[in-house]
Amino acid sequence: MRAVVTVIGRDKVGIIAMTSAECAKYGANIEDISQTVLDEYFVMIMMVSLEGLNVSFSEFSENMKKAGEEAGVDIRVMHEDIFNSMHRI
Amino acid sequence: MINTRDILETVKMIREENLDIRTVTMGISLFDCISDDAERLEKKIYDKITTTAKNLVSVCEELERTYGIPIVNKRISVTPISLVGAGLSPEGFVKLAKVLDRAARELGVNFIGGFSALVQKGAVRGADNLISAIPAALAETERVCSSVNVASTKAGINMDAVKRMGEIVKECAYLTRDRDSIGCAKLVVFANIPEDNPFMAGALHGIGEPDSVINVGVSGPGVVAAAIREAGDCDFSTLAETIKRIAFKITRVGQLIAAEASKRLGTPYGIVDLSLAPTPAAGDSVAEILENMGLKTCGTHGTTAALAMLNDAVKKGGVMASNHVGGLSGAFIPVSEDRGMIDAAAKGVLTLDKLEAMTAVCSVGLDMIAIPGDTDATTISGIIADEISIGVVNTKTTAVRVIPVWGKGVGESAEFGGLLGYAPIMPVKGESCADFINRGGRIPAPIHSLKN
Repeated sequence: MRAVVTVIGRDKVGIIAMTSAECAKYGANIEDISQTVLDEYFVMIMMVSLEGLNVSFSEFSENMKKAGEEAGVDIRVMHEDIFNSMHRI
Repeated sequence: MINTRDILETVKMIREENLDIRTVTMGISLFDCISDDAERLEKKIYDKITTTAKNLVSVCEELERTYGIPIVNKRISVTPISLVGAGLSPEGFVKLAKVLDRAARELGVNFIGGFSALVQKGAVRGADNLISAIPAALAETERVCSSVNVASTKAGINMDAVKRMGEIVKECAYLTRDRDSIGCAKLVVFANIPEDNPFMAGALHGIGEPDSVINVGVSGPGVVAAAIREAGDCDFSTLAETIKRIAFKITRVGQLIAAEASKRLGTPYGIVDLSLAPTPAAGDSVAEILENMGLKTCGTHGTTAALAMLNDAVKKGGVMASNHVGGLSGAFIPVSEDRGMIDAAAKGVLTLDKLEAMTAVCSVGLDMIAIPGDTDATTISGIIADEISIGVVNTKTTAVRVIPVWGKGVGESAEFGGLLGYAPIMPVKGESCADFINRGGRIPAPIHSLKN
């Protein structure tokens, strides 16, 4: 099972490091990563594999959201199927 | 890897354009609860609902966290209570409504629908008693929703029921006069009521449905409005294509949630309802979609055509995205629940007559419209008769949910709170239709109902 982690916020030092560290903490393996700056916002997209997840999906997603709030960015963890459903036939 | 642009599009829809799943509604059959002992009936109903839907809210919350999309409402619909409690007195039906209310509160669902009667051709005693119980039931409960089907294309229009419902609406308004007559917001009068509609206040679990079922209502007026804004100055073919594409994407999310909810709850999946359902929040308005198409204010000339095109394109896009489409499936135009409609009505551009015309080309009817509290019961019946005849003749669902706000008149507004919103009170015509309504009997079914 894979999930997409999106991080959106004002660009600042350490966002990638923080998000990667959080993923590692919960056993989510980063398979792919891309980043861009959209308007003045920093946007990072990670594809993570959840096979080794050491907490439930819900806890992972909640904890990532909280970590994002503390760092002042919006972090969302969404199961890849929502994107597959919406954009692939 | 999924395309970055696609990922950002989805996230933007949820973050900025209010994309959500409007409702996951579990339909529950209560036929196996029938008993000739009222107390036993109440207990069996309470137990069946609270057992069958025990995990509804927790599973929906799990899905919200997994897919990152809000599921705004978790709801229950049940077999029309007039059938299950056919032997009850009006007082017995009020008691049963309180049991439904208690079950809904216990489960944490915000509405339970099905305090309903189907009387398109005539009313059996149970239906008659349930209808008598509606005003007290809605005044004394918080979460119970009621609907009465007074007509169908096959049966024609039961004008005795239409007359009676005008009186019932007035009584509901009076009994909840301290809360801007909010009882009326939980009561819908239908023609051609669907048996699998997940949206309130008109949801019920039809008699041909399985023991329990999951129906999902998607939303997304904000997403459609944004897509039209981005499409810019294009012709109608391109505009229709833009709407179809976005409706497809929205519906695919509904389909995903319906399939997952069904799997996790061990309950069969019924339908996805394609209706665009607005909320009073900014940027979540059907009126805004129509205005983005080029109308200065919703309700002006061109509105019916714009809505017809929107409704058709939403269906064409949505139907490809789901394996079972049902319910109401069209654009909703509830005045008090749509910021753009509220503004257009306050400006006097959107009128009752225009709304009636609009309902001929979309679902579902005259919805959440506040009218003066001193409106005569027969005038309300006249409003119902007009709207219902549009549904009967055009073989579609139509409905009326009007609120004669007790003690208030044109120029004032009614405040219902939450998703029900607020509404400026719209004028109705002062000339009487009482002699027409008082005739009684049935308006025969239209000729094109004879299809066999």
